Amino acid sequence: MLGYEIFVDGFAISSLYALGAVGFTLIFGVSGVLNLAHGGTMVVAAMIAWLVIGDLHTGVLGGALVGIVAAIAFAFATYFATVRPIQRSHAIPKEETEIFILTSTLLWGIMIQTAIAYLFTTNPVTVPPLVPGVVHVLSVRTPRNEVLIAALCWLVMAVLWLFVSRTRAGKALLAASINPRALTLCGFELSRIHLLVWAIYGVLAGIAGVLLGTYLGASSDNIGPLTASAFSIVILGGLGSVPGSLIAAYVVGYFETMTAYLIAPTLRSIPALVIVVLVLYIRPQGILGRR
Amino acid sequence: MSRMGKSDLRTTAKASRRQVLAGAGALAGMAALPASVRAAGEPIKIGVIAEISTLPGAAIPKGAQIAADGINAKGGVMGRPIQLVVYDNHVSSVESVRAFQRLASQDKVVAVIASFISEVVLALEPWSARLRMPFITPGAASNNISKQVHDDYDHFKYTFHGWFTSYFIAKSTSDSAHDLLVDQLHMKSSVVMSEDAAWTTPLDEGYLEFLPKAGLAVLDHIRFSPDTTDFTPIFNRIEARKPDVIITGISHVGVVPTVQWAEQKVPIPMYGVSSQATSSDFWKDTHGACEGVTSQAGAAPDSAITPLTLPFTQGYLKRYGLLPAYCGYSSYDMVYVIAEAIARAGSTAADKMVTGLEATDHVGTIGRIKFYGRTARFTHAIEYGIDLVPGVMLQWQQAKMKTIWPLKYATTKISFPSFVKLPA
Repeated sequence: MLGYEIFVDGFAISSLYALGAVGFTLIFGVSGVLNLAHGGTMVVAAMIAWLVIGDLHTGVLGGALVGIVAAIAFAFATYFATVRPIQRSHAIPKEETEIFILTSTLLWGIMIQTAIAYLFTTNPVTVPPLVPGVVHVLSVRTPRNEVLIAALCWLVMAVLWLFVSRTRAGKALLAASINPRALTLCGFELSRIHLLVWAIYGVLAGIAGVLLGTYLGASSDNIGPLTASAFSIVILGGLGSVPGSLIAAYVVGYFETMTAYLIAPTLRSIPALVIVVLVLYIRPQGILGRR
Repeated sequence: MSRMGKSDLRTTAKASRRQVLAGAGALAGMAALPASVRAAGEPIKIGVIAEISTLPGAAIPKGAQIAADGINAKGGVMGRPIQLVVYDNHVSSVESVRAFQRLASQDKVVAVIASFISEVVLALEPWSARLRMPFITPGAASNNISKQVHDDYDHFKYTFHGWFTSYFIAKSTSDSAHDLLVDQLHMKSSVVMSEDAAWTTPLDEGYLEFLPKAGLAVLDHIRFSPDTTDFTPIFNRIEARKPDVIITGISHVGVVPTVQWAEQKVPIPMYGVSSQATSSDFWKDTHGACEGVTSQAGAAPDSAITPLTLPFTQGYLKRYGLLPAYCGYSSYDMVYVIAEAIARAGSTAADKMVTGLEATDHVGTIGRIKFYGRTARFTHAIEYGIDLVPGVMLQWQQAKMKTIWPLKYATTKISFPSFVKLPA
């Protein structure tokens, strides 16, 4: 029974981690940017969905869509306010661009965290479940919403895979992550590809944020831990590798769940972080990393 | 906490700061009164430090302000109006200490009402001793607050514990569990589930001592981090133990475990302390998932524990658009307790006020308030008792908070949502 509980509970949370981390790793793979305001994007989506559902009575689906749109808007705001100006700046030496972007996105994330705490308090909010009720999965009583979350996460990732492997724009995205210089020589404009990847990121993080809101709730205090969790998943999986991030999300998700069940819920996040540190020692490029 | 409530509160807080700067006295609510009853002299200032971004903390300055306005409307204390000076501590002990020092040295207050968080109150207690500043917490619970006063009276006597100690919260919860869960619902076993915090260490000790005496065996004792976001493993572990009830000790968390409990349809009822559930916003914040959730509190909005309880609740609702969380009631009472102590002592000198406070016998919104004496185990904590301050058990039923215990004040019977399985 305990084994089934860990399997079912771990699957939902890992799927959510995977969806959250894929957008994060995609941006790094394509444009070399580590977006440390990532948790902010997810929480903004959940908060806006909660606000719209509660105050405008749009229903859960309407609220979820507005939340995702808000995440896309926030992703563009992050790009234009904290990434683009630094990439274009002549004052900042090229080799220091990455560290400047790291700092600016981190500070941007803190600004958002403070703003959300000021406007909505630090109390967590929960988005109503997309579907109510419970079902029995492997004899474990599971909310239908959790099953839907896992299914939706995989559906979204399947759509992403189709997009990358079957469409012209998607293939350009993939090419940009392999050899951006060659891509520009082929006549593609890199800045447009960057815009596309930030839009995709907004959609992915927005969906993950709203689903998180229906499952674990969201508050300004979650912004840091959400960024840290995406960051460690991406480090573990290999920076820029989407399949690596998927595997790592499940490794981290299941390690956390096992710790919570078998040792103590309080220690939940610790063993997974130890694994990340060990991987950095033994295999610094991560599970499927290229560099 | 609603955004409306928060902005409203900010206005109040700003207003009281302005009043301090202008030295103008608390004019609000007094303008319409005849000159003969208007308090006129130099204002008596009382400091308020609270966690304004949290559900319980927001109620502290609000409850205190209603009391100050009420006192001023009746002529103030010794002809002088009460004026509050409010600071938000942003849930930080460091900011609280800074605010406490500023209240003493700059704002020249005569007493301070502060915080519902034990860690914050324990950080302020030495400053109350050093600065000889009478200090009352309307909501923190750690036994150590009043134990320190007991152990080193001469030094710490300026601190008063205007809320139950964790020991008495555990006692009140267990007493109610005996009447409701054991006698009425025939329950026999429990699992204690508490957040890891200063106030729950003695609370859990109390639970483990009193619950078996009340007739509920304790099968397991789970403490979890207040940062916990996924409660599924905890609920599953509890379910595996097959207890009749989960006894809760939660205050820093509330919305998330409640929503997950309802969404996962955990068949075991939750009973005990869930401080966030004492705010009327809790229903909206949990989308109604709190149906059947209980919390120990000082007073409930539907039951006249004293003749003051309901008028205060209605006044608060009218003024702020929401019902007071538990420490809204006690903050209101403590302003009166301080005012009476000053009148009794005939002075605002700290040592005389302490003597005045020790002689407190005040019927407030939460009961008849007296403080334990120097030789008692919990010196300066409010006395617990069915005819003194009994504490109430409230329960969310159909979007309303109802009183279910003490039985003589109960407005309805205990009941749980249909997914909860009760013993046959």
